[in-house]
Amino acid sequence: MNRLDLTRTRWTNFLIRNRWPQFLIRAITLAGFIFTILAGLLGSVVGSHNFAIIFVWIAWWTALKLFFIPFGGRSWCSICPIPMPGEWIQNGGILQPRGKNFGLGKRWPKFLRGRWLQAGGFMLVGLFGVITLTSPSVTSIVLLIILLLAFVLALVFERRSFCNYLCPIGGFTGLYAQAAPVEVRVKNPEICSTHAQKSCYEACPWGVYPLALKSSANCGLCMECLRVCPSDNLAVNLRPWGSDLGPETKHSLDEAFLGLVMVSSALMDSAIFLGPWGQLKMAAYAIGTGSWFLFAGLFLVIALMLVPGIYTLAVWIANKLGEQKMNLRKALAHQSQVLVPLGLTAWIAFTISFALAKFSYVLPVVSDPFGWGWNLLGTVAKPWVGQSTLTSMLLQVIVLALGQFWSSRVAIKISGSLKQALPMIVFSAMTMVGMLWLLIG
Amino acid sequence: MMEELLSTQEELNHQSLQTKWRLMVLISQCALLILFLPIPLVTPKPIDRLIHIDATSFQFTPAEIKVNQGDRVTIEFVSTDVVHGISIDGYDFQLTSDPGQPVTGTFVASWPGMFRFRCSVACGNLHPFMIGKLWVGPNLILIRGVLLGILAVVAAIFSLKKSKVLKTGKTS
Ligand code: SF4
Ligand SMILES: [Cu+2]
Repeated sequence: MNRLDLTRTRWTNFLIRNRWPQFLIRAITLAGFIFTILAGLLGSVVGSHNFAIIFVWIAWWTALKLFFIPFGGRSWCSICPIPMPGEWIQNGGILQPRGKNFGLGKRWPKFLRGRWLQAGGFMLVGLFGVITLTSPSVTSIVLLIILLLAFVLALVFERRSFCNYLCPIGGFTGLYAQAAPVEVRVKNPEICSTHAQKSCYEACPWGVYPLALKSSANCGLCMECLRVCPSDNLAVNLRPWGSDLGPETKHSLDEAFLGLVMVSSALMDSAIFLGPWGQLKMAAYAIGTGSWFLFAGLFLVIALMLVPGIYTLAVWIANKLGEQKMNLRKALAHQSQVLVPLGLTAWIAFTISFALAKFSYVLPVVSDPFGWGWNLLGTVAKPWVGQSTLTSMLLQVIVLALGQFWSSRVAIKISGSLKQALPMIVFSAMTMVGMLWLLIG
Repeated sequence: MMEELLSTQEELNHQSLQTKWRLMVLISQCALLILFLPIPLVTPKPIDRLIHIDATSFQFTPAEIKVNQGDRVTIEFVSTDVVHGISIDGYDFQLTSDPGQPVTGTFVASWPGMFRFRCSVACGNLHPFMIGKLWVGPNLILIRGVLLGILAVVAAIFSLKKSKVLKTGKTS
């Protein structure tokens, strides 16, 4: 077990444990969030001149995929402004742990649990993606709805029900956090077993009991548990990438579905936003028209039938080739771990191609966030038209190859034999070739 | 007896660790070769080409163009609705056309590979995604990418094979 516990170093321990640093960042992200909503509603309708579009879809979305998730797992959730207002009301204060709860504190209905709604939400974002990505006001309205929904749900349901079961971003970050190099874990399980109060569980906004944590998918890295533990028994570890993926971890069907939706979305977004097919883009944009329904149908067929179908076939063959047979349902869940490095690297490659080319838009909108002709910082200049240079393509090739390496390794690790891993390796190779073709073909 | 066993054990671990390192070095060398090995290609004799491109919100027609390396490419560019532009990633080439007013420009396709061309004048909502593709010669980087993927699978298989030896070495 090669772990580096950040609570053992004085200054990192201070930064993590003290509520102020986190609160300050949260205050900034919340202010930024509200500013973004205002900019989108009041500012220029030209997307590339509006802070909302550039900040949400280029700066934040890129940072999430290239920085927060690969290096920090759910670290974004630790500073996310969306659940904050609701959580403050729930706790009856800002700088204190979960305690006497305001709100109804109902339990989230059983039949809505799991990752299904998150996956569905992500698919919806994909279906309406082109319009959200180009219209500042639509982006703002979506953000506003998310903020209000999280707030209202916090009043009705207990803890972070919105984050756990609805937030599409949470689905995305949670899935890939399993591959990330950060985890919160119990230092010594024996201490926990003698501690009847379970203060950490009581304090966890996510409803997680740290002793039972096997995977980082559901841990929002909020650090509440280690602030309340009387025995200082929680560690924040740096760990090798992909630590949660292996033969022993438990997985369920909804995770497979989420993983597949993410993979299909990476492929679809690459085709829509980076492909030469104008008809496709326009169909995706013209919501409500016949061509949009055609597009939506195509999207759903790919995301719900084609990709899951090929995946199921691969898992079925793998299962046939194995010595001990699982039932198909179990095998589908178990093999879904292959989708984690696969999807993560596919998204990173897409992001490199898509966003690096557009990054030159960021500075001008900081200087003129509403697109009203201001120049606050003197950084308004005509952004050069994005160029995906050779370096960027090489990077994409390398990232995709790393993804192939990584997902093949996971496939072999979780299978009984190399032979049994082959169908999954072929599945990830098909995805990778698809990405290669769309991005640099 | 016990000590002897332990030391052979260590020896074994050490050996497999060494082979593992050797393998990793070998694989990274292969990867570099695949990525950067120059491939001498017989490029067909460069010719002059005239290509007509229409721009309509938000589509270039044709949106996919193939030329050979070294060709002198003249683009006749005309917009059919609002003002559109065209600029090619990686090439210093840019044209702007008012509706119905054809413009022409010429460049020499000296860089091989796939290059996106984009609309360079804000022309509406989908302007940032108004994209076409230009291929100059065969798309070597795609081939390199596929080969690198195959190498990645091989590397994955070998990386785990060795670690199994390590593991059994430790536990037996
Ligand atoms: S799950 Fe969603 S709303 Fe909750 S903290 Fe994470 S990103 Fe924010
Ligand atoms: Cu245009």
